[in-house]
Amino acid sequence: MTALTGSRVRERRLLLALRQADVARAAGISASYLNLIEHNRRRIGDAVLARLATVLGVEAAALAEGAEGALADDLRDAAGAATGVLPETERIEDFVARYPGWAELLVAQHRRLGRLERSVAAFSDRMTHDPHLSAALHEVLSVVSAVRATAAILAESEDIAPEWRARFHANLHGDAERLAAGAQTLVAYLDAAGGTEAEEPGLAAPQEELEAWLAARHWKVDALELGATAEARAGLLAEAGGLASGAGRAFARDWLAQAGRDAEALPMAKLEASVAELGPDPVRLAQRFGADVIAVFRRLALMPGARLGVVICDASGTITFRKPVEGFALPRFGAACPLWPLYTALGRPMTPVQGQVEMWGRSPRRFRVLAFCQPRLPEGFGGPQLSEAAMLLLPLDDRTGQAQAVGTSCRICPLVGCAARREPSIVTDIGAGAI
Amino acid sequence: MSKHVLLIEDEPNIIEAIRFILMRDGWTVSTQADGTGAEAAIRDGRPDVVILDVMLPGRSGFEILAAIRADAATVALPVLMLTAKGQGRDRAEAERIGASRFMSKPFSNSDILAAVRELAGL
Repeated sequence: MTALTGSRVRERRLLLALRQADVARAAGISASYLNLIEHNRRRIGDAVLARLATVLGVEAAALAEGAEGALADDLRDAAGAATGVLPETERIEDFVARYPGWAELLVAQHRRLGRLERSVAAFSDRMTHDPHLSAALHEVLSVVSAVRATAAILAESEDIAPEWRARFHANLHGDAERLAAGAQTLVAYLDAAGGTEAEEPGLAAPQEELEAWLAARHWKVDALELGATAEARAGLLAEAGGLASGAGRAFARDWLAQAGRDAEALPMAKLEASVAELGPDPVRLAQRFGADVIAVFRRLALMPGARLGVVICDASGTITFRKPVEGFALPRFGAACPLWPLYTALGRPMTPVQGQVEMWGRSPRRFRVLAFCQPRLPEGFGGPQLSEAAMLLLPLDDRTGQAQAVGTSCRICPLVGCAARREPSIVTDIGAGAI
Repeated sequence: MSKHVLLIEDEPNIIEAIRFILMRDGWTVSTQADGTGAEAAIRDGRPDVVILDVMLPGRSGFEILAAIRADAATVALPVLMLTAKGQGRDRAEAERIGASRFMSKPFSNSDILAAVRELAGL
């Protein structure tokens, strides 16, 4: 709930051309009380908010958080990067409401800055560790050494025998050719590297590209389902081939291949029927289909119209897949909240972890969470053990029971006195009181 | 009897140039272009000084240097290391394993000659 909830109620009412008195009567409150609410002079209780939302035909959350919720989250993220004079994070809502254009611009620039920073990091990584660049430089330096030594002999020796002189001349000629080829390789390499930023806007964020693409498709990839035509599949692959960056395209191809295998093991129509019968229990579903438990998590993410979120990470805790659900903010990049049951599961392979979590925010959201970690041995006994953990987020409306308070990432998390905190937050002003 | 240098280097034109300047200075020069045969060449050839390139096919110069220092017969053998990457990291590694001298490519002929003479105690 924010200071501007009342303004949103008023806007919505005016949009529907409803009279204050009519709305108040339908919601079971007095017109004067509604008037105070609309001018942000009274806090609205959850019950009244729910009734007003019904009358106005919107979700209560939309009134409480407003459309600017996501924008405010991004602004908090941007404020996290601030050095020197700190932005007035306690007035973010105000800022968004008064200057939506400036707020959008600031967020867009913050995102662009993040992309550029990652590009720079990737280039610097490439310069230091790239084996091709290193090999090309080594080749050039080796040949330069030979040229220098040979040329010095020719220049400094008066009494050099003719056969030796001829030999050194031939060597010089050969080295000059190699040097020219080596220099061309280097130039071609650096040219290609220089073009990368322009061609690949999301150099280090192929995952974001894939997610944006899937979100634009409303997470529907029917062409992978059983019975889809070969043309439909080819069309989907071609569409994935249209992603902006090479890394994004490769990422999408791998993802589609995996999603195709999952679709075969867990046909959507049967899965939906089984979820209706058994509930969204990944272990029981995996048993019924004889499928991998993590594969069930991936499939649930794609269930049409399902109001659920899925997050998958590898053994390092790095998030490798995320299907967002409203109210549970996922970090754009960087490390997530260590209190997520996802990480509890990661520490207890093959043990189901479940519970309730509450995501911080001005109006906290409650979720039922199921998490599971499964080790994989793709190279058998001799190979490394690769663990993968997945977490299913099911929104809950009932907020009465016990729940673990969690955040998105420490930097933008306001929880005071959190045992898992690893760095100071920039938004401690909100306080833990709400949770 | 002239002093003996073993040159372990895979770049043929560098071999040719170093061999020429050392032979003209009165050294006996034998060469080895492959990392894997280097230790045998040292055992059999009993050189007075070894010039060892870091980047070799088969076996890295650092591994060969470590083997030289691990063998009681060659623990004090003077070794001049050459690298095409004059980086601090390579130099530190060479010093740690026990190189007697370190030189980055592209080197000058007179530097090589002076270093080899010094290492042989001439």
